Amino acid sequence: MQQSRIHLAIATLATAIALPAFSAEPIIGLITKTETNPFFVKMKEGASAEAKAKGAKLLSAAGRTDGDNAGQVTAIENMIAAGAKTILITPSDSKAIVPSIKKAREKGVLVIALDSPTEPANATDALFATDNYKAGVLIGNYAKASMAGKPAKIATLDLFPGHPVGAQRHNGFLAGFGLKSLDAKSNELAKPAEVVCMADSFGDQAKGQTAMENCLQKNPDINLVYTINEPAAAGAFNALKKAGKEKGVLVVSVDGGCQGIKDVVGGKIAATSQQYPLRMAAMGVAAGVEYAKTGKKPAGYTDTGVTLIAAKPVTGVDSKDTKTGLDLCWGNK
Amino acid sequence: MPSWKEQLPSIGSLGPFLALLIACGFFSFQSEQFLTGANFSLILQQVMVVGLIAIGQTLIILTAGIDLSCGMVMALGGVVMTKVAQDYGLHPVIAIGIGFAVTAGFGLINGLLVTRVKLPSFIVTLGTMNIAFALTQLYSQSQTITDLPAGMTLLGNTFSIGQTQIAYGTVVMLAMYALSWLWLRDTASGRHIYAVGNNPEATRLTGIPTHRVLLMVYVLAGLCYGIAALLSVSRTGVGDPNAGQTENLDAITAVVLGGTSLFGGRGIVLGSLIGALIVGVFRNGLTLMGVSSVYQILITGILVILAVATDQLSRKGGR
Repeated sequence: MQQSRIHLAIATLATAIALPAFSAEPIIGLITKTETNPFFVKMKEGASAEAKAKGAKLLSAAGRTDGDNAGQVTAIENMIAAGAKTILITPSDSKAIVPSIKKAREKGVLVIALDSPTEPANATDALFATDNYKAGVLIGNYAKASMAGKPAKIATLDLFPGHPVGAQRHNGFLAGFGLKSLDAKSNELAKPAEVVCMADSFGDQAKGQTAMENCLQKNPDINLVYTINEPAAAGAFNALKKAGKEKGVLVVSVDGGCQGIKDVVGGKIAATSQQYPLRMAAMGVAAGVEYAKTGKKPAGYTDTGVTLIAAKPVTGVDSKDTKTGLDLCWGNK
Repeated sequence: MPSWKEQLPSIGSLGPFLALLIACGFFSFQSEQFLTGANFSLILQQVMVVGLIAIGQTLIILTAGIDLSCGMVMALGGVVMTKVAQDYGLHPVIAIGIGFAVTAGFGLINGLLVTRVKLPSFIVTLGTMNIAFALTQLYSQSQTITDLPAGMTLLGNTFSIGQTQIAYGTVVMLAMYALSWLWLRDTASGRHIYAVGNNPEATRLTGIPTHRVLLMVYVLAGLCYGIAALLSVSRTGVGDPNAGQTENLDAITAVVLGGTSLFGGRGIVLGSLIGALIVGVFRNGLTLMGVSSVYQILITGILVILAVATDQLSRKGGR
């Protein structure tokens, strides 16, 4: 009796230990900046759909707010502990997360950055992201063609100082407009004479509105507004409308969320560059499963695509209509 | 009754007002667009949400408490009032009433935990801050609520005095300040708040029901956050689940800059309006000058420390 009980215990223990090894399901971790931003909600959707299709187990976690590095560090540690072979991460702080990623990679975990790079970029095995500079160039081209030679007085509603995505979109936009700008690697914001007001919106509608109101105080003749994302653009439109200026001012943006595309349909935003969080996540999960099966690691940067969505096409600039935009958008349709 | 001379603000409590004047003077030299009626109306609109939260926060700080949940409760109120209006097609007035009930309810819970369970307000509101944030995200499914009925955003509309457009929300904020100022100054229940903040034990012994005073303060503060939520919805035209995150500490900043003592019992509610305006003036003025928003944060930080240091030093001097 005593002996059989010990046998049973050993058998149970052995099964418990052996189970993860026999489990065919590779574990893939997804760490986003927040749980709540629709962009990341969509990213998680894309990842879990792909994981289901490929027979992988997806763990997900996030920081509490954008910029919460400690939360992401904890998530990495927890995922390694849970046996993840691949971690997909959207770094909240491109530099601060690097030591934790290094520890994970030393334990043989494949780490892929999604959406935004780490600094240095080679701290992760690979990067699947939107080309934000190109996203800016597309709306710059569109704005240039729409203005049809009219002299531009530009307001830029940027993200916040020192954020690479903010700088890339801003500088790309100015380059696409044919103005003196900085290159895609720069973290500085170019300020040619045509830019009459620059303000930080933090990607937030209320702050975007405040920023635009202040810009209109500074220069009431602004006729072109670049915004870092569509919530900021909606805020800018609110400010323009309250000032009775919504008609003569062109607003362009980047992101491609469903609400943003609806604002393009509604005429608040003339054009926006759409990015694809679902695709980023799906590609990341596929690469993770591939690594678990064959040991093959992806490397370098993979462009996950960006499309110009405009309600009214202009000659000489390739764009897709809002129906396509709504089909591919993220957030509540 | 104190004589009219005693009712005048002392030099110390004029500090915030002087700081505001100096900032305004500085920006008028830096930017010619600064010193216009339109620009001042704008700054008032930009600070109205924080300004209203700061009224509630002032009441609580006067009792030597603090409310960390203010911004998150405001966000919850905004999401609730917009979503119930949309989901059930309720009349805006009813939807707004439900939003107010939710924020006042949070105030009641805060108040009960502080008075009955005798928890420190810092801890209570740290907890309810997280609860309100989570409920906001759950209820809204983290989605912004758009396409609101016009009645919900009425206070964002403007009327003109001469050339200047003034938002109705601004008038609401200024009226709320006037009301709370008179109430705190001239009524027995208003004075009780100061008494509780100064010395709760002595106040209780004089027969004033301190618990009831505290409970009333927390519920009224919750109501202020509800009104702030309505102003926020009116201003942006949406119910935003991510609202309140910066307003949370901005409101405490406004109260402290306005000269209300964190140790309780001392302060004028109008000071909080001045405090909110100081932050708003810097944000506006620095944008007009073309300076990065980080400087605004830097200057605000320095001013907060100066304000608290002044309060602390003046207390020591009085002893």
